[in-house]
Order: sequence, then structure tokens, then C-alpha cells
Amino acid sequence: MATTVDRNGIPATAMAGLGLEPPIREVRPAPDRFRNSLGKYRVWRSDACVKCGKCEEICPRGVHVRPDGYPDFLTGLDWRCTAEKCKAAGTYCVDHCPQKALKIELSPMYKSLGDFRWTADLILSAWHMAATGEIPDGELEYEIGNSGGGFDRMRFKFPENGPRTDPAEISTALPLNRRGDNRPEITIDVPVYGGGMSFGSVSPHTMLAKARAATAWNTFSCTGEGGYPERLFAYRDHVITQVATGLFGVREETIKMAPIVEFKYAQGAKPGLGGHLLGDKNTPAVAAMREAVAGTSLFSPFPFHSVYSIEDHKKHVDWVKHINPRALVSAKVSTPVDVDMVAVGSYFAGAHIVHIDGSYGGTGAAPEIAKKNIAMPIEYAIPKVAKFLQDEGIRDKVTLIASGGIRTACDMAKAIALGADGVVIGTPEMVALGCIRCGRCESGRGCARGIATTDPELIMKMTIEWGTQRLINMHAAWRAQLVSILSRFGMRDVKELRGRTDLLTHLDYE
Amino acid sequence: MPAKYHIHTRPAPPRFKPVGKYAIIDWREDCSACHNCVKRECAYSVYNDERDRLLQSVDYVDYLYECKGCLCCVQSCTKGLLSWQVNPQYLALGDEVWTADIISSTWYQSETGAIPVSGAGYPGPFRGPGFDSILTDMSEIVRPTRDGIHGREYISTQVDIGRKPMRLSFNPDGSLATDVSPVIEIPLPIIFNLMPWHELSLNVSRSIMDAANELATYAISDEPELLGHSAAVPHLTDRQPAPAGRTLIEFVDTPDVAERIARAKTAEPNLLAIVKLPLGSASIQRALQLARQGIDALHCYADWRGIVQDGGERKHITEAVRELHLAFVGEGIRDEITLIASGGISMAEHVVKTILCGADLVAVDVPLMIALECRVCMNCTEGLKCPVKFEEIDTDYAVQRIVNLMGAWHSQLLEMMGAMGIREARRLRGEVGRAMFFDDLERECFGPIFGQRKASAEVR
Repeated sequence: MATTVDRNGIPATAMAGLGLEPPIREVRPAPDRFRNSLGKYRVWRSDACVKCGKCEEICPRGVHVRPDGYPDFLTGLDWRCTAEKCKAAGTYCVDHCPQKALKIELSPMYKSLGDFRWTADLILSAWHMAATGEIPDGELEYEIGNSGGGFDRMRFKFPENGPRTDPAEISTALPLNRRGDNRPEITIDVPVYGGGMSFGSVSPHTMLAKARAATAWNTFSCTGEGGYPERLFAYRDHVITQVATGLFGVREETIKMAPIVEFKYAQGAKPGLGGHLLGDKNTPAVAAMREAVAGTSLFSPFPFHSVYSIEDHKKHVDWVKHINPRALVSAKVSTPVDVDMVAVGSYFAGAHIVHIDGSYGGTGAAPEIAKKNIAMPIEYAIPKVAKFLQDEGIRDKVTLIASGGIRTACDMAKAIALGADGVVIGTPEMVALGCIRCGRCESGRGCARGIATTDPELIMKMTIEWGTQRLINMHAAWRAQLVSILSRFGMRDVKELRGRTDLLTHLDYE
Repeated sequence: MPAKYHIHTRPAPPRFKPVGKYAIIDWREDCSACHNCVKRECAYSVYNDERDRLLQSVDYVDYLYECKGCLCCVQSCTKGLLSWQVNPQYLALGDEVWTADIISSTWYQSETGAIPVSGAGYPGPFRGPGFDSILTDMSEIVRPTRDGIHGREYISTQVDIGRKPMRLSFNPDGSLATDVSPVIEIPLPIIFNLMPWHELSLNVSRSIMDAANELATYAISDEPELLGHSAAVPHLTDRQPAPAGRTLIEFVDTPDVAERIARAKTAEPNLLAIVKLPLGSASIQRALQLARQGIDALHCYADWRGIVQDGGERKHITEAVRELHLAFVGEGIRDEITLIASGGISMAEHVVKTILCGADLVAVDVPLMIALECRVCMNCTEGLKCPVKFEEIDTDYAVQRIVNLMGAWHSQLLEMMGAMGIREARRLRGEVGRAMFFDDLERECFGPIFGQRKASAEVR
């Protein structure tokens, strides 16, 4: 039987959707895939307990578990506990226990989890949002981290009694093509899309979950550098493909298929260093996609050996525009001291999207010295670039996308207020999928939690459906927070927030 | 082109179990010994590796040093018996400058000779004091870029010790009239310093010297038995006479140091003299004076935490080096002296940042001891036993550990220089255009938006 192929030579069978339900934009519960969730508190029950059941009765969160017909309490669902909130509400089980048999304290794991940028609170609240689609109603700080600078020290100046907009009337849509060049006017429904993560750095399940969630939310995901796996073809209207310095997996047919093609000049986590895929993660499937030898470490060089000037960059852009006359072009650059010049140059070379990636961004593997030291944080780069684009009179001709250290919906809103049109996220999606930020994505078989791995056994720790739902839920929670911020400012469209630095204050400034 | 500089690294596993960051706590008394124990599933086989120890253990608490902190076992145990936390012993390592993370990373580099690589983004604070208030630049598209890491372009880390005349003059017959001093080239902008605390045993001092030799650099030493070593830079106090046949000698600054050096140079015309001088504004005039007196190099130092007590003010080595460098630039004699800076340099990035602030090269001390598994516990300063038995260390093994560390640092220098688009370590000196200071970024990017930064603003 002859195989039907479409105009790009893609077999129709590849489009069948792999037996998965089409993703829909609907919040559904997607609880933790591990049986013991982590939370802020640990509940201790001493042997003074007489099983009276008072605690079970009073607890609003179902922490104390005793199934019908059981005389004893099972191991509790401690992660649900919101002790401080309960104390205030008078539902604190410890106070109500007639035997004084209960004790609640901070979980030792809560104290050890997280880091300056992704605190335990941020990780736990990201998990909560991915599980429920709602912001945590407990005590978790879900907006800022503890880095001591940048977004973490900025606050919105909300008006005290200003008029609020009805959330139903607020638009969060973001047009991506502002050049007026007769290429498609692509608009995404939320001002955020998924960052490039290659097949090889993350599992096919992760890639599919990202692409499906992007489809549900009418936004984008990105293949990263490392080829365009066939299983993603079904979601091709929501998948950006990347052309990066190693040119791994770059094929004419996938360029032709992509609504947006992204040139990755540099990456925030390892600016000026190219890419790394360590040998263990280069499995036969990855190697086949990249046309490389399995088991060898793959390095993308720095820079593009064909680009040493803006004119060379224009040649690149022209090449892609010629191959795919409907594609938008994005230039992903890092944040050197002259990032503003780079951005303006990229625009004049023909890019629709200038994507600046700040130095605190995530990665599958990068030298620690680069992550810490090279290039500037995105918080500085956004106002610098936005101002320069403004001064050059081209601010409204280009879509400015910021990434590299966007962790929360609040960071996204701050980035937009600083001058970006929208953001790209990577780590928040990984955390939503259960990443704990142990930083071992690169070692051995890859991520032990089955997210950033190509190991056939570890991949199976996460299903595509679960991953998709977690990301759909996360986007729902993020959009709700953005809408709430816009509503409090009386705005009707996220466009109105762009560049409104007057609405921000910084705690370290007077 | 001269032969490429290459450092031969080889695995050198630790003699003592390193202090790991994460600890698993195991409440074994409730274990139902189920057949699908999560410990079998560990992706890193941590429990397999430790099986013997686990079986023999009589405690109820076990620290699994190899734990990577993925928490799969903790979150999957059917009875929830496993707990996890940052190892308290790890938290107790080092101090606020020589942090546990720096010590642990130095151990890793000394063992493997490899650059520390990890996934996810930078987990640390937005900015910090000292070295962490400086970022380095990268270039892309609109500025020349370099591909040094993959060997496509050669990046040289070679620097010179010695005076370079600002101009040459010639006799009427065309012969050179300028007295051109000798210059020593070293392939790495690093020499080894005296240790700030700890009297080293002879075998450790010898290891440091041999490692310097293998790396084609130098080690400052006051160990009488090693002053004849080919890599030795004898360190002389005011009373000691200069040993014969040396090309590099470090003199402690004394009022008559210029005369002492002149005498030593008469005996040894190829001698390069280094004078050791504390950093700080009080030393700047003296430094300029010494340079005019024909001293070849200055070794200017901060304390071992990188701090300079300058009058009532605490300055970081980078600030003090920058002031000194600019004083020489202002006098128009910067090239007539080599500035060697030391104090608090604990990571490869500190080498680059100190040079960007104006040093020609740096002298490294404590990291060499950490390479040999030192825990910066300071027991030795109190006369207590060394937990890693420094005095018993095998020389060949110790040399390899130090060579590995320098190999890893060298690779990291290439990464930072490659990203900056600089191919010559000599060109890094004072090149603050390739550095970004957080204070400047705050002022330029945030100043127009938020106004004046509070003087009291805390830097984490």
C-alpha cells in the first residue's frame, strides 16, 4: 500500500496522534506521581493517641487518614498541612487533640530543599499549581525567590482603590509578527512559550508533553537543537524548531514545517560556549536523529562558524526565509554588555522575534563557571534592550522575548513591565513535571526522575498524558495570576503592561 | 606557532571519603523489608555501592555520601521511612569565603581534572560580595567571537614576569641603547604561593614544587631543602642572603630592599626580583617607588580570605588590585612592572577576575591544600590532628592532584576567555571592558527606573 505523504513529505501515519487524546485546555487534577509528596510540614503522632478521630474531623485538608473500618491512622498526608493558616482559623489539630498526641514541625526536607533562586516554597508551589491549576492557598510564597536581587526585590505598585477590570474581559494574547512583511500574523494566547529543549537533553515524553500543552494553550514549544522527532509532527503548528551552532538534526523538511524557526546564537546558561550533550545521554535513538555516533559526547561549537557579523546573520535569516516562505524567524541571543546592539542588529537582519536569554537560565548541562559568571542577568538586559529599540524607533516592529531566570507568573509580569513583550520558560515547565533541581540532568543515565533523560527505563517514570496535564494546569495558574495583576491595574490587555516600569518598585532603591 | 600548552590530567581518587552534600536518613525500625524496596531502584546505584556498609551498620542513621539528591527513594518508599537533608557535616565545612561548595568543587576538579558541569540554572544568589560582584562578558554576532574550547582557535594563557621597557632607544651606530631586562614566560597566569597557615611537611612542599615544575610554572618557597629546585622562587626575609643561581627570588619589603636586590643582581645578572608588598592605598607610593628603582615584579597580597584592611576600610582584593593597577597606568609605567596578586583566590573564575582588575598573574595558595583533601578545618593551627593525614601523603599522588586542579582551572580560563573573545591572557590584564560590575549594571539599567540605590542595600 502506498503511504500518503503531505506536501512536506511527512507520512500521514506520523500525524495520527499516536493514540493520544487531543490535548484540551482544561484543568484536571494531576497529583504528584510519587506516593510520598513533599510539603512544608511534618506531622508527628505519638503513642498517646487514643484514635478518637478529632483531628481527622477538624482538619480542613485531609492530612489525617483513617479509612472506614480501620481502627488506626495510616501514615498521614503531611504535605497537605497548612499549620499556620489553621492556627489562625482555629482548625489547628494540635490545639484540638485531647491527648496532646500531635506535633507539627517544619519538614526537615523542606529546610533542605531548593536554593536561592528556586526556594523550597517556589518548588512546592509550582508542584501545587501543576497538580491543581490553582495557586497554593496555604503559606507557600509562590511569587518570589530568595536571590536577593533582580525580580526577587521588585514589587508591583498596585493602586489602593483603583477600578478593577473584569477578568473575563482581559486579553493575554501576544502577536509575534510585527514586521508587516506579509508573513503569517501568528498570535499566541498567553505571552509565554516553551524554551528549546533538545531530544537528547530531555525525554521524548517531556517533549511531547510540552508540545501538547502548547497546543492546548495555543502557544509554542521548541525542539531545541537535536532534530525534530517524528512523534512531534502531529503538533507541528505549535512547535518551533531550532537551528543552532552544531546544526544537529537540521533538515529541510522540518524547517519547511515549522511556523517559527529559531536561530540559537547563544544560550544564557553557557554564553559563548556552545552546547554540550554528554556521551551517556547520546543513545542510539538520539544519535540517529542527530546523525552522530551513539555514546560520543556531542558539542555544539561557539559561535556559528558562518556568522561573524550582522551581515552574516542576515544571510542566515534570508536562507531560512527562502526555504520556508511562511516561517517567522527568531534570533536567540545571550546578554553581553552590548546586547542592545545585538538586538537591533538582529532586527535589521530580518528577525521577527528577538529572544534575549539571561545568564541565570537553565540548561541540561553547562560548566558551572559559565552559569555563574558569564553575561548579565535578564533583569538588566530587558530595560537596556527595550530602551535601545525604542530609541531606534523600531520597538513596535519587533517582538522582544525574555528568558533565563523566569520562574513564576510574577516574574513574567515583571519582565513585561520592564519592557519585554513576552517570555520563554524552561525550568518552570521542568519543575511542573516534577523536577527537584538536583542539577544532575547531565550525569550518567540522566535525570533520575525521568524528565531530562533518554534512558529507556527512566523515561517510563513519566507518562505523556500526566505530563501534558501538569503543564496545562501550570499555564492555567500562570494565566490566572497574570490576569489578576492586569485586573488590579485596571488593564484590559497585557500589551498595556509592556514597559510600564513606573508600576514597579525595587526594595533596594529609595 | 609554539607547541600548544597541554596539562596531562589523570584520575586521582580521594584517599578519604569526601564529605558529601546530601544525606539520607533511614528509619529502619519500621521497615517491612518489602521485596520492591526503592533502594534497588536508585538511578545512581548509591545503595548498591554502600551495601556492605549498610549491612554492617549498627546505627540507625546513615549518611550516604554519594547521594545526588533526586529524592526518588524518599518519595517512593512504601512506608515513607526515608528522609533527606543537607549533610550537617557538609554545612560545617570551610567558612563564608572558603565555602563548602568551593571546597567540594575543588576536590572534584583535583580528582578528575575535569571542569565541573551540571544541569539546571545557577542556584546561587543574584550577586555576592567580592569576586561575585563581577560578571564577565561574552561576545556574539556584532563582536569577534572565539572558538577556543573546541580547539579551532588557539587561546594562549601565557604571561610574562619581568619589566618591559615602554620604548626602545638606539645608539648612533644602531645598536640597542635600552637595557632590556630578562623576562620569564610562564604558560599559565598562576604561580604557587606560600601557605597562609599550616606549616607544610617536606613531602607536601615537595609535591607542590614538583607540580609547579610539571606545569612549567613556579612555586614560592621558604623550605631550605627545596630552594635549589628548578621551580622554586626562594622567599627571602630581610636577613637571608640571596641564594646563587636563581632566576626568580621573592624579597620581603624592607627599607634597603633595593640595595639588596642590586647586590643580588650583580652576582646574578639574569635574576628577576619580586618584592612582596601588602595591598592597600598605603602601599601605592611604595609600589611606584620600587618600580622606578628597577624592581621587576611586585607580589601584592590580601589576606587569605581576599580582604585588605585599608586604613579603617575593608576592601576586596579586586578593588585594591584595580587601584594599584590604575596608579601605575596613571604614571605611565604599567608595563615596567609585573603585578602578581594573591589572597583569597579559590576558583578559576577568580584568576580571570583578578587579572581583569589589573594583575598580570596570580599566586594561589589554599586551593593547593584543598586539592590534597584539606577541609579548611583549621585543626592544624590549633595543633590538632589533620583529618586527612597531610603528612602521610604520597608525593606522586599529590602532584597529580595539583596538576589535575590546574588542568581544570586552565580549561575554565579557556572557556571564559573564549566567551569574551580574547585569545591572549596578556590582553586580559586590566581589560575591564570585558567585565561587568554589578554596581554599574544596577546604576545603568535600574537607575533610570528606580532611582538611587540605598547605601544600606544588602548584598547577600
